Amino acid sequence: MTDAPADVVRFTAAETAAAIAAGELSAVEATQAALDRVAKVDDAVHAFLHVDAEGALTTAAGIDARRAAGERLGPLAGVPLALKDVLTAKGMPTTCGSRILQGWYPPYDATVTARLRAADVVILGKANMDEFAMGSSTENSAYGPTRNPWDLARIPGGSSGGSSAAVAAFEAPLAIGTDTGGSIRQPAAVTGLVGVKPTYGGVSRYGLVAFSSSLDQAGPLARTVTDAALLHAAIAGHDPMDSTSVDVPIPPVVEAAARREVLGMRIGVVRELSGEGYEPGVQARFDEAVALLAQLGAEIVEVSCPHFDYALPAYYLIAPSECSSNLARFDAMRFGLRAGDDGEAGAEEVMSRTREAGFGPEVKRRVILGTYALSSGYYDAYYGQAQKVRTLISRDFAAAFERVDVLVSPTTPTVAFPIGAKADDPIAMYLNDLCTIPANLAGVPAMSVPAGLSEGLPVGFQIMAPAFADDRLYQVGGTLEAALDARRGHPLLDAAPAL
Amino acid sequence: MAITRDEVAHLARLSRMSLSDAELDALAPQLDQILAAVARVTEVAAADIPPTSHAVPLTNVFRADVTRPSLSVDEALAAAPAAEDDRFRVPRILDPDE
Repeated sequence: MTDAPADVVRFTAAETAAAIAAGELSAVEATQAALDRVAKVDDAVHAFLHVDAEGALTTAAGIDARRAAGERLGPLAGVPLALKDVLTAKGMPTTCGSRILQGWYPPYDATVTARLRAADVVILGKANMDEFAMGSSTENSAYGPTRNPWDLARIPGGSSGGSSAAVAAFEAPLAIGTDTGGSIRQPAAVTGLVGVKPTYGGVSRYGLVAFSSSLDQAGPLARTVTDAALLHAAIAGHDPMDSTSVDVPIPPVVEAAARREVLGMRIGVVRELSGEGYEPGVQARFDEAVALLAQLGAEIVEVSCPHFDYALPAYYLIAPSECSSNLARFDAMRFGLRAGDDGEAGAEEVMSRTREAGFGPEVKRRVILGTYALSSGYYDAYYGQAQKVRTLISRDFAAAFERVDVLVSPTTPTVAFPIGAKADDPIAMYLNDLCTIPANLAGVPAMSVPAGLSEGLPVGFQIMAPAFADDRLYQVGGTLEAALDARRGHPLLDAAPAL
Repeated sequence: MAITRDEVAHLARLSRMSLSDAELDALAPQLDQILAAVARVTEVAAADIPPTSHAVPLTNVFRADVTRPSLSVDEALAAAPAAEDDRFRVPRILDPDE
């Protein structure tokens, strides 16, 4: 066996899989190269909470043996991946970035995990995240923040910040994130990656530790649109274990990623997602990308979605309400932390002490806020009203999609901010989700694709499509990526500083 | 509309979550700010708008009521904070004086 090429960690997932399929690279070599890269850079980046080197190499060796035996392998066979620590995987701890689950080994695989294994993806380990996926910076992890590979003093986005940093730091070509209000797209935007929140119901939530059940959705992070499509196709599809999983065919995302044309497509620019609060560099890259799509033959239409202005407040009532209910399962009785069980204290007291010791500040804030919004006397005014606003936002989308094929906006109002800059200001932190939340509330799919740099930091371009038309994201995103790469002369991540 | 420190303490009790004095002091003003921000939803005229709980229309999903393989007792108890005689061992749930 020859040594793997030195740049193997810079291969895309598609290139890695093709090299392995052709016998030019073994799965063990690809996995070892990724593990070596993790060993080299992850002390600085802190993308991983757990690295399962032995398990990954065993999986890789099995793939190589099956290839040698002439067996048919999956389309992502031997490709290393970072799995957000909110999805269960047997043989590895699942912490959700929380003390309350420290050391918990789940007894079953999430459906996403099972599908990754079935596709012969090599799971390197578990990626850091904001505690229970609540946050936009990964600073809310109980195990310390993750750093942005573009600038180690800045946040990698959140809550899937370990996933984004792992891919942007070339520790893995692929990662799985989850997106409740932007937690895949915002980290992708601020680290120069492609990130997709699939249509709600498109990817099973079985084994995804629930934060806000009506909004949570797992999806891919990758360095290219094609890689994201390959991962999307591998994890999507109906699952009887999730009653909110929808039994429809997986949209043709891989084919759409290869199409590279937008001639005649109608692209709607959302008027409400621009203006005050958007950094000039972010707005400039967005405007340039829209102009480029117009040059390529797309018809650009300005669209108004008036209720998007109320998406953020509606979200910060609905998500905490569902969170306060979902996190009731952490009761210190059957799994996870149990604190203060001194033989004297009753179950309720032990529960209260455990939740005080096990949850961090942001989780406590949201549990209290949700409990408030759901309590009698406030339910109609807050939670009930937010659900009505949710209907109006869905209607805005429906009206817009009668006129256009996709909607576009910046993914985030700003580039990555310094670690600590917003830690004590929850409302400033929540504003990161301004552009991403409407898609979660309406359940529609959305992608962030790199649009370039502003003062040396990545800017994301968001594309939103009707439910189960996820393929349109890949068609527009793939076209924009190809045009921007051609203009620049290289992929955006080639501009990232060496670690 | 202001939320008081006492109300936060009450909500924490409802949530089965002890909070220290320092946490209560920090949380009350923060929650007040957050509630003032989210109260913007009340500006929307929506009296005749139906609520949405899920973005995708859902119906009940049923399966045949047949026995299927499940976790073994050992697997189910493997992560338990305390176990005894093939069962979860929990702190007392009744007051000894009652």
